[in-house]
Amino acid sequence: MNAPVSPAANSYRNQPDERGHFGAFGGRYVAETLMPLVLDLEAEYRRAKADPAFRAEFDDLLEHYVGRPSPLYYAPRLTETLRAGAPAGQGAQVWFKRDELNHTGAHKINNCIGQILLAIRMGKTRIIAETGAGQHGVATATVCARFGLPCVVYMGATDVARQAPNVFRMKLLGAEVVPVTAGAATLKDAMNEALRDWVANVHDTFYIIGTAAGPHPYPELVRDFQSVIGREARAQMLARTGRLPDLLVAAIGGGSNAIGLFHPFLDDPTVKMLGVEAAGYGLDKLHAASLAGGRPGILHGNKTYLLQDEDGQILEGHSISAGLDYPGIGPEHSWLKEIGRVDYTSVTDDEALAAFQLLCGTEGIIPALEPSHAIAAVSKVAPTLPEDAIILANLCGRGDKDIFTVADKLGVSL
Amino acid sequence: MTRLQAAFSKGRPALVAFITAGDGDTAANLDALVAGGADVIELGMPFTDPMADGPAIQAANLRSLAKGTRTADIFREAAAFRARHPQTPLVLMGYANPMVVRGAEWFAAECAKAGVDGVICVDIPPEEDAELGPALRAAGVSLIRLATPTTDSARLPAVLEGSSGFLYYVSVAGVTGKQQAALDSIEQAVARLKAAATIPVAVGFGVRTPEQAAAIAAHADGVVVGSALVDLVATHGDAAPAHIATLTSALSRAVHNARVPA
Repeated sequence: MNAPVSPAANSYRNQPDERGHFGAFGGRYVAETLMPLVLDLEAEYRRAKADPAFRAEFDDLLEHYVGRPSPLYYAPRLTETLRAGAPAGQGAQVWFKRDELNHTGAHKINNCIGQILLAIRMGKTRIIAETGAGQHGVATATVCARFGLPCVVYMGATDVARQAPNVFRMKLLGAEVVPVTAGAATLKDAMNEALRDWVANVHDTFYIIGTAAGPHPYPELVRDFQSVIGREARAQMLARTGRLPDLLVAAIGGGSNAIGLFHPFLDDPTVKMLGVEAAGYGLDKLHAASLAGGRPGILHGNKTYLLQDEDGQILEGHSISAGLDYPGIGPEHSWLKEIGRVDYTSVTDDEALAAFQLLCGTEGIIPALEPSHAIAAVSKVAPTLPEDAIILANLCGRGDKDIFTVADKLGVSL
Repeated sequence: MTRLQAAFSKGRPALVAFITAGDGDTAANLDALVAGGADVIELGMPFTDPMADGPAIQAANLRSLAKGTRTADIFREAAAFRARHPQTPLVLMGYANPMVVRGAEWFAAECAKAGVDGVICVDIPPEEDAELGPALRAAGVSLIRLATPTTDSARLPAVLEGSSGFLYYVSVAGVTGKQQAALDSIEQAVARLKAAATIPVAVGFGVRTPEQAAAIAAHADGVVVGSALVDLVATHGDAAPAHIATLTSALSRAVHNARVPA
């Protein structure tokens, strides 16, 4: 008889290790000034995690302020449309986790609720954040207004120009939006500037990072806060269909909505997972697919796959979606790729734009350009699977913010 | 005695001077620092994402990269400097990714080959130093660590462990080239660090003028000046060396004589 094996030893869900490493990835690659601070944050997060009152306040805000649980939705006309182009007997059912229905219109708010509760526990009185598409900036400005804390959001000047509605939302919510002109003036430059602010204001400032990346413990705590997506979806799918989905699909920039959906399913061996990076103009041209086109390196506090040249200089990413336009990826995804638990693919701007229109027309849902990448991947995969297979994709944001970008691409002037 | 040890054993405080590689005429700028009396030279390795740097050095990084500066060019400059100046210690300062992208051993070997005496890496704290520090030590190159106002007594031993050459005290919690810390806080911090360290303590961040440098040199073993020199390259371009030599002379006089009774 074999010796009993502890479930934890065989789990994909017990990362990172005590030093914040996901296999060879993750860690705490920060300047010495920040090191004591990230150690403090980790200690406080451990205490919060063990505190039922913290959990209760988080759950209460998610239910009554954010509007959780978000629905699990079977998409009949999208399923039929994709099935029409499939061989006989093929064309999987497509289901969506409707995180675009959250307050503020995306999954980002789940994480911001968790982090601002941590900030308050730590006695911090000022909040900073970086943002790309502006969704994380809006979510951060929202929780700051809700808790009465001053908020500074760093945003690349290029993104300020292409996401004007979100800039105005942040200002309405009382945040100061600081345009960053360094580099390509997009998300990575905004993150550099937020780190510079943090290093100069460590005594009173909490940095709410928007994705499952950065120095440990950020990748872990962002994942934990976003895992509400996968926990709900798993219970909802079991209740509705009596079984688990066959395939999970989610878009990846830094990877927080994807890890939030995937993580609660990682130990379910029948559930396959597909992360979708932004292939921009194409993988042989400008893109933002760090796993497909990058190599491991060190940036923004963690070791992970990065778009970089042979000297280790970071390359600019490109995607039609400002939220995917980042040359790195959360370290847990780098680990899940290397161990083969999750498959990763990529989708171009044009494919995402077509999927955006497809969902508008078939389901009456205007998705953000980020999940449009996931929908494009679903469109390719669904016809290859049997009719009784279940695909569950994360609809992580709504498309109101993107209508100007899409109109421009389609040659329409508003 | 290593070149770095010798630089801190002259019976007076040392001036540590920084410029960014590939920004302006690097060889002439380096020669101007030596001519002006700098005891240790820090050569910045440009990086696309200099998160710990203020506007002056960020801009220098971008100017250098826009001119096409490659890592190989920096080692070529370093080797040429070593041939011209056999005695003056040269330290590379930069960010982790360009240092480890080809492997820490490769980087350490290139440093040794080019006559580089030490390396300062902004974003590899002791907790993540399983590769770069050991590779540098094996190649005979000093790893110079940073201590900051947030480095408390509990962390200090970990920072000092494996450090050599000198300890770089970042006097303000902030980025390079911004405000200077209050002098009495620097004095206290230096006293605390010197009590724990067996290597010299140099103080930097926000030091721009000979007067500021002299006040710090009254207590510290060395004073680091960077952004003020980099600003001269921004303003004067290829004509910067004469201006660099003038400022460096004033700084080195102030630092070297800081403890001489008036």
